[in-house]
Amino acid sequence: MRSLAELESVFEGPPGSSDPDAAAAELLRASEEVLEHWIRARGDVPTSDRREGFRLLALHRQGTKGDPSFNACRETCREIVYHYNLVTTRDVYSDITDRLCMMAMISKHLFLFVSGKMQVAELGEFCCSAKPIRAADGTTQL
Amino acid sequence: MTTKDKYKKVAYYPGCALEGSGHSYNRSTKAVGKALGLDLVEVKNWNCCGAMEVKNVDPKLQTYLSSRVMSVAANEMDMDVVMAPCNGCYHNLKKAEYDLEHDSESVQVVDRLSRKAGHKTYESGQVETIHALDWIKDTIGEEGLAARVKNSLSGLKIANYYGCMYTRPRHIFPEKDQGPGSESTSKPHFMDDLLAAAGAENVDFPLKTACCGGAHTLSDSDMSTKLVLNILKTAKLAGADVIATECPTCHSGLEIHQIRAEKTLGEKVDIKILYFTQLLGMALGLNARKVGVHENISDSIKFLKARGLG
Repeated sequence: MRSLAELESVFEGPPGSSDPDAAAAELLRASEEVLEHWIRARGDVPTSDRREGFRLLALHRQGTKGDPSFNACRETCREIVYHYNLVTTRDVYSDITDRLCMMAMISKHLFLFVSGKMQVAELGEFCCSAKPIRAADGTTQL
Repeated sequence: MTTKDKYKKVAYYPGCALEGSGHSYNRSTKAVGKALGLDLVEVKNWNCCGAMEVKNVDPKLQTYLSSRVMSVAANEMDMDVVMAPCNGCYHNLKKAEYDLEHDSESVQVVDRLSRKAGHKTYESGQVETIHALDWIKDTIGEEGLAARVKNSLSGLKIANYYGCMYTRPRHIFPEKDQGPGSESTSKPHFMDDLLAAAGAENVDFPLKTACCGGAHTLSDSDMSTKLVLNILKTAKLAGADVIATECPTCHSGLEIHQIRAEKTLGEKVDIKILYFTQLLGMALGLNARKVGVHENISDSIKFLKARGLG
């Protein structure tokens, strides 16, 4: 698994391959690794299962267990998969360069969200829909 | 009574953001309501919904704060619909409604605090909380809106940005995902529908519900700037020249971090950020000042004038 810094350079840089299928696969793989970081940080082993044909979606589902606020990147994951499909079924779509670029932007958003969420895990939740940080230990009672 | 009739006169809960950084959203929401012949009756002596910090002190206190707003609307104003344009307020009122229906401990705490505060305890089901998007969509609808358009938004390419709280968590929005005519939690479209009815061209925007880092803007501004910059660049790549918003936190974040991205990261993204109510107001023939465009942080006046708006 590559470091978060290495993964950031994947999303920032030019496509990893001149072949659109390979470039899309590399973005998908890098996105999976981003979620692997989240899951490992929580002490779990990243699943190798697939959901709707994609490991990324299975990893996202695993990442939300016990932390509903992680759902804030659910649609981002689904958009990555959607754009992967757009790129790899390019007989239907002609604007592959734009699609790949868009897939990289969406993947980067997943990276920013997850890495940001990991940074602030001790400070409070990243997401407004998050679970209250003091709910579990019952330190305050009205 | 039909939903359309029911929503024509609603209790209006602006919330604290609309009295501060989101004032132009307040102004434009009221102006659009007036132009469409809809009645907004502001909730008397409303309080904070408990959107941000309170839940980290005690989530039940947040439930109480939101319940008080609904109690005032129901028991002191005899209203059965509360309209909250702010995603934070909308989300928290819906969450309080859910908690009071499903969690007996929340009911007990809310009852105790309500008695202590000297007002009637809110009981789940007394009011229905809706967003400004529901309000316009269900009373006027696309056809009604199209018939009232005086200045078409034709030529404007818009990325509709809903933010994270309008659809999450799904279980507090039981009316969504109910098939044709209802809002979708995975691909929301009410704002798209209304702006399209006003003549705009909506672009396919894949980050419409992605996180803007709004809640994190003080504790880690750099991360918020990066998230916003990515949203701006993605909207631009999608072909948009405007991002339409329906949340004051998202809107302020996009505007502030657009400037911050230029200053700290040297990245300028030339895209305008406007509340959907500002765009609809101008389509209805209101001028830019009337819908508070001059109160936004970024200057969109010239851009709009060049397109015959405002």
